[in-house]
Amino acid sequence: MISKTGLKSQLSTIYRRREFDVFIVIVIVMVVVGLRNPTFFTKENWKDMLMYVSILAFISIGQMMTIITGGIDLSVGSVLALSGMSVGMIMREYAFLHPIILILTGTIIGLSCGFLNGLLIGKGRIHPLITTLATMSIYRGLVVVVSRSLWVAYGDITPGFRLIARGNTLGINNLMFSALIIAIVSYYFLNHTRKGREIYAYGDHQEAAKFVGINGANINMLVFSISGMLAGFGGVLWVSRVHTAQANTALGYEMQTIASCVIGGVSIFGGVGNVIGVLLGTLLFGVILNSLELIGIVDFYKLSAQGFIILVAVIFDAIISHRVAEQMRKQRRIFNDGQ
Amino acid sequence: MESILTLKNITKKFTGTLALSEVDFDLFLGEIHALVGENGAGKSTLIKIITGIHQPDTGEIVLKSETVSFHDARASYDHGIAAIYQEASLFEDLSIAENIYMGHQEVRPFTRSIKWGAMYNKAHDLIKSLEVNLDPRALVKSLSIAEKQLVEIIKALSADAKILIMDEPTASLTREEIDYLFKIARKLRSEGTGIIFISHRLEEVFEIADRVTVIRDGKIVGTIDKDHLNVDELVKMMVGRSLQTLYSKEDVQIGGPVLKVDCLSRAGEFNKVSFELKRGEILGFAGLVGAGRTEVARTIFGVEKPEGGKIYIEGREVKIENPRQALELGIAYLSESRGEFGLVLPLDITQNITAPILKRFARFGWINRQKERETAQKFYDLLDIRASGLEQKVESLSGGNQQKVSIAKWLAANANILILDEPTKGIDVATKAAVHRLMSEIAKTGKAILMISSEIPEIIGMSDRILVMHEGVLVREITRSEATQEKVLAAALGEA
Repeated sequence: MISKTGLKSQLSTIYRRREFDVFIVIVIVMVVVGLRNPTFFTKENWKDMLMYVSILAFISIGQMMTIITGGIDLSVGSVLALSGMSVGMIMREYAFLHPIILILTGTIIGLSCGFLNGLLIGKGRIHPLITTLATMSIYRGLVVVVSRSLWVAYGDITPGFRLIARGNTLGINNLMFSALIIAIVSYYFLNHTRKGREIYAYGDHQEAAKFVGINGANINMLVFSISGMLAGFGGVLWVSRVHTAQANTALGYEMQTIASCVIGGVSIFGGVGNVIGVLLGTLLFGVILNSLELIGIVDFYKLSAQGFIILVAVIFDAIISHRVAEQMRKQRRIFNDGQ
Repeated sequence: MESILTLKNITKKFTGTLALSEVDFDLFLGEIHALVGENGAGKSTLIKIITGIHQPDTGEIVLKSETVSFHDARASYDHGIAAIYQEASLFEDLSIAENIYMGHQEVRPFTRSIKWGAMYNKAHDLIKSLEVNLDPRALVKSLSIAEKQLVEIIKALSADAKILIMDEPTASLTREEIDYLFKIARKLRSEGTGIIFISHRLEEVFEIADRVTVIRDGKIVGTIDKDHLNVDELVKMMVGRSLQTLYSKEDVQIGGPVLKVDCLSRAGEFNKVSFELKRGEILGFAGLVGAGRTEVARTIFGVEKPEGGKIYIEGREVKIENPRQALELGIAYLSESRGEFGLVLPLDITQNITAPILKRFARFGWINRQKERETAQKFYDLLDIRASGLEQKVESLSGGNQQKVSIAKWLAANANILILDEPTKGIDVATKAAVHRLMSEIAKTGKAILMISSEIPEIIGMSDRILVMHEGVLVREITRSEATQEKVLAAALGEA
């Protein structure tokens, strides 16, 4: 037998390099944009950007879990909007409700949406892409139903609700604090619990997962519920941050979460991805979006830029994984030379 | 003898097909019980019922004296049943240690968090106690096929199982590693473990089994004691007929070389492979799974680029950059998995047969359907494809008939060199014989066939000449007259 230590360390360096690469790109983008527009480095800009990135980050972590199982959740944007709109409408009617109750309500709405996705995928055995493509439209339609064609405006937001996004916990802005806690819990869940590891195993090889007694339906219900729950929670924070909820809130948001995952090294084929990668991926994505805004690029180009970033990340991945495969082939010593 | 596992009257249907029919089977304490039968006979289904992956439609599973039913693999694991599966069942992107313990990791009492350190240490000790050299933290995808098989074995052994199932555990091991595995198996047997051993290599069955049960077409044909074993008898029980009819190879006038491969190499796959393929010849390509045969075929077909060596067709050196060029040179490749390079499953038989040659029927971009149909019909009749008609979708055909369609396709395209990769894998005996007959007839017309097969009887029965590969190197050439199972196997295992 041949020792594989050399190859192994090489592999892990490549994995570690992914986070490093993303980090370097973040720094480069920041320097370039900072030089062109000094407002980039102001405290207000950073706060704004990080508040945006925070919500994106934890919804992307939920998205990552579905992608690790080999699926995808296209409905996160609609779930976010549905949760935000529902909570906003409830607030209009019952302004006295404590923000905590509203947060719980939004989260439960998201959880239910996600659970339904998981049920259709896990028990109904419908492909995740098809399922969430359908529910994306269904949930988006429900936003209009819930709103009765109205929208939640600045005046409807109670001061207490506004504080959800503006307030601090332990000296850190609530949104960033939430993202941090969710990231830590997710990291622990994915790396240190049996269920977490089963998610990776299931995404790696579904048939083999069956051989060790992993229940695929349960895994699907779990990850889609988590993804929906985080999107629902995000919906409440979103409305608190932007002070409005409309039928087209967070339209196309799923693309941003998927992009953050892909940039962060999550394999679209399942089985590979980690929280730190996704956090950096989201940060890079947020920095780029913010930069485009500061440089004065209009929304239309922003969308194209978004697609372009995904493309670059995917091509980058393809090149890297091809290289690794080739390297591994060449290092595999199968010949009986010299024996 | 005390029985540790008894299956009574097990029947299992899969959407219409009867996979197992009223199967009775028993396993004693401290016994190695071999289960043999042809591909598709029902061995794997039986194993999956014992391990809880499938549930029987009727019948019962009795452990010692307790009747049990397993709703999933973990339930059977908890009852002390572990298995080494034939198909790769490892998680490529996870570490060796995690693969070994997936599904039953040790966790801390309150936090329920996995004891990673303890897991790596236990895996390290286990690997060491088996005297192999593997890093428990290495990712499985960085391992060779033989190393992966070892991980499978280690994984099953880690369970301290009362019942251990080995489904073709030796398929890609060297003789040394097989001896080692057998040593472990005998040790476990002496400790009272019941082992179910499945192998296609009858020599191994003779070497290690205490009893042999033969299964055919989902039914148990019989169980024989070690002392009464006899190869001819066993083969007859497995196949249900004697071997001659299965391999209808006719003697053909062998012509000059059509394909010559000189020192072909690809790092990590195969090294300095040289051979000639002659007109009218069936050249058998033997070796273990992972020996590099498929890789050589794919390189000749232009799927991968050679990193060294030359390919000659009809004496002229050629550079084959892609499969299209290979087809233009008259080379066709039927891959092991018929989906991949072979057939477009949702399309009908006509469309599949004429796919590579549509240009012939086209005028100004419009296809003459009449002419297309006529050509398809010709080959449909020639190859005796059994279907409801030319319009039947290929996905609804049986494996053997799919194989015929893909052969028809390349014959219609005037291929002179057919590379058949495991042409009869997973198809039933009757169709197998038909495919063999067809191969023989194709060779008679002066075309050349390179047949990759892991079934040694097929190699011996069908080949004019046999090349044996071992770990990426051509180790031996054997002529038809001097070929024996033992010679081919020894060479494939690298002992020649």
